Amino acid sequence: MFRFIIKRASLIIPTFLGVTFLSFMLIRLVPGDPIEVRVGERGISPERLAELRHEYGLDQPLWKQFLDYEGDVVTGNLGVSVVTKETVWNEFTTLFPATLELALAAIVFATAIGLPLGVIAAVRRGSPLDYGLMGVSVTGASMPIFWWGLMLILIFSVSLGWTPVSGRISAQYYIEPTTGFLLIDSLMSDDEGAFWSALRYLILPTVVLGTIPLAVIARMTRSAMLEVLNEDYIRTARAKGLSVARVVGVHALRNALIPVVTVIGLQVGALLSGAILTERIFSWPGVGSWLLASIERRDYPVLQGGVLLIASLVMLVNFSVDLTYGLLNPRIRR
Amino acid sequence: MRVPNFAAACALLVFGTAAGIAAAPTEAAAKTLVYCSEGSPENFNPQINTTGTSFDASKPIYNRLVEFKLGSTEVGPGLAESWTVSPDGKTFTFKLRKGVKWQSNANFKPTRDFDADDVLFSFNRMWKDDNPYHKVSGGAYDYFSDMSMPALLESIDKVDAYTVKFVLKEPQAPFIANMAMDFATILSGEYADVLLKKGKPELIDQDPIGTGPFSFVQYQKDATIRYKAFPGYWGKKPKIDGLVFSITKDPAVRLAKLRANECQIIPFPNLADLPSIKEDKSLTMQSQAGLNIGYMAFNTQKKPFDDKRVRQAINMAIDKKAILDAVYQGAGTPAKNLIPPTMWSYNDTIKDYPYDPAAAKKLLAEAGVPDGFETDLWAMPVQRPYNPNAKRIGELMQSDLAKIGIKANIVSFEWGEYRKRAQAGEHQMAQLGWTGDNGDPDNFFNVLAGCTSARAGGSNIAKWCNKDFDKLVTDAVKISDQKERAKLYSQAQVIMHDEAPFFLIAHSQVFLPMRKEVTGYKMSPFGTHQFDEVELK
Repeated sequence: MFRFIIKRASLIIPTFLGVTFLSFMLIRLVPGDPIEVRVGERGISPERLAELRHEYGLDQPLWKQFLDYEGDVVTGNLGVSVVTKETVWNEFTTLFPATLELALAAIVFATAIGLPLGVIAAVRRGSPLDYGLMGVSVTGASMPIFWWGLMLILIFSVSLGWTPVSGRISAQYYIEPTTGFLLIDSLMSDDEGAFWSALRYLILPTVVLGTIPLAVIARMTRSAMLEVLNEDYIRTARAKGLSVARVVGVHALRNALIPVVTVIGLQVGALLSGAILTERIFSWPGVGSWLLASIERRDYPVLQGGVLLIASLVMLVNFSVDLTYGLLNPRIRR
Repeated sequence: MRVPNFAAACALLVFGTAAGIAAAPTEAAAKTLVYCSEGSPENFNPQINTTGTSFDASKPIYNRLVEFKLGSTEVGPGLAESWTVSPDGKTFTFKLRKGVKWQSNANFKPTRDFDADDVLFSFNRMWKDDNPYHKVSGGAYDYFSDMSMPALLESIDKVDAYTVKFVLKEPQAPFIANMAMDFATILSGEYADVLLKKGKPELIDQDPIGTGPFSFVQYQKDATIRYKAFPGYWGKKPKIDGLVFSITKDPAVRLAKLRANECQIIPFPNLADLPSIKEDKSLTMQSQAGLNIGYMAFNTQKKPFDDKRVRQAINMAIDKKAILDAVYQGAGTPAKNLIPPTMWSYNDTIKDYPYDPAAAKKLLAEAGVPDGFETDLWAMPVQRPYNPNAKRIGELMQSDLAKIGIKANIVSFEWGEYRKRAQAGEHQMAQLGWTGDNGDPDNFFNVLAGCTSARAGGSNIAKWCNKDFDKLVTDAVKISDQKERAKLYSQAQVIMHDEAPFFLIAHSQVFLPMRKEVTGYKMSPFGTHQFDEVELK
């Protein structure tokens, strides 16, 4: 087991280096630097441009900029936003709870709906219900998030008025961020309506962000269930005269869950990338819309630091999934 | 086979909760106005801001020495009750208002009213390298230097506690309009001292203290900015108790929020949504010609555009109305002068070139290019306030020009690169535009068509330097009498029309949809958003 951990952990270092390199290079391949995008129609004098370039170290050769950046990262310094002059770390920690709250809600939603759907489809294999569910699931997996979000807003918020359009809480509530998780902060506040308001604002973004993972989970559950349902011990269980609910719910589902749990873990990456668009549509103040804005503004430090932090999180989750899996299934360890 | 019970239960639980929450009562906004702003501010100090979004967020909090009257480009008193200009046009003396209160917050309780020290602090921070605040928050004062203040200022002196004297190196009539711009915001010198002692000077730009109608309450990054009416405000008391900026970056979502009454005013709607907004009975919409100009500049230093007949010919060959109809879709006014019709000194006697391809062809023949020629035609890759779709406009121009034998190839670059190359003068024909800063004609004529900005890298991308025009424009800033100035600008427009360094496209219309319940809102010609006199029914 120890060798397994070392093997997995040693993979993290090159990945980490790759991420820093890619995030550093990709944003620089996009034309226009942080100073140029801020200059309007007026233009900027060559002297001032040179001065600002120097201030941000953009006048250095690229390899030197990269080495400086790596040096800073290793010492835990992610730099300062070019736009707001705040440290990247501070901005990230301010905004990340919102993303985490949304991502957790989405994964709970996706699992709560996707798992039962997959089970139903597997049990009713080949029936119109199965085809219907899996058709919906394929549609869900390929849904363009932006379009889907706007559609839901138009239907549920504008036409029906059931849900709020966008934001995290109604403007009338004034909640001081303590944990950064608004559901918790609003519960702790004296205002009883605040929690319900926050919950209402969470519905649509959760559905939108949860749609793709839901589809993936449903399909994975279905195929895992189908495999298990063909096993001999299921036939034995049925032959014993157990109820369908017991056969499916206890004997089959429990065994089918192993690959499903892995898939849920692996959705973290998908959730964080989906969060970028979802947050933009729903004006959700998380790291997704922050990263998007940093691309528009060519805020190099924010983009590099943000991508690095998110990539580290994904790596951490994947690493933990690997480890858990290794614990559950001794065959993997070798 | 039965559907497993627990699965059904799970589904029921989720949908049931959702429905239950959905049924909760919608909350009513009291006397709080919610404005769905288009983006996050950089900070809360207009001295170091560069974007309209940031200016909007600071505006409720602060005042300036002089103020643009709400809804106009006219300058009126602000924190200065009155001012005088010396006969040589170089000395501006401001008499400050007495009894103006500063706002307070957790870090600061003011012990004195606004006075000359605050004015000195505010300007010295931007101007003097040795000011302890000069380097705070990055120390870039872009607008201060863009408006040539460091080059212009000779001295700023406190005459007494309520009199401040600005001495300039040369007469500069637009100076007074500059003092009403956002960068000339007045900050509290006392607050600065307090923060410096606490070792947190940067808070001055994040947790602002001003003298304006609303005081700052809280900013939740990328989500909301909260203000409340400031009871000590020296001017007209706001008619709303609270003001909230709900940051909503997507225009379609902003409109949805307006329809759902989650906000009461939204900026920058999608043009395609305008008809449906007009039809919606719960909404109204204000609109105004923006303080801007969209144009196509000829590079007058390159052949054949050095010949004014070629430039005039192209002015007659392009169907301007077709562009207005197809691209601006009713959201633009055709331009015949560089400045918009809302600005003083606009010369309305000028007649725009008619759309007349036959006459254009004749002029080309006279210029020695009867069979036309091949040229590039640059189109910006991005939407700008004055030009909703440069590529589409380029295509329309291209087909019009083909009719008189000119083969135009549309060229585009990434936006930063585009501007840089156009300002360097690499193009033959290039679209660009301008949004005014201070409502002064000098801010258009000199910046876009003056000889000093015609240098490589300058903002005059026609690279047009006409001595007669330039003399009128440079003379005009040395006179403080506005009527006299207007005469000179009026003549300058005649020269520009004849010389045709630009094909002037349009001044775009700015739209501001709002709920029916909102009254008293006045649109600013500068495109900023101000809520001083807004009322909610």
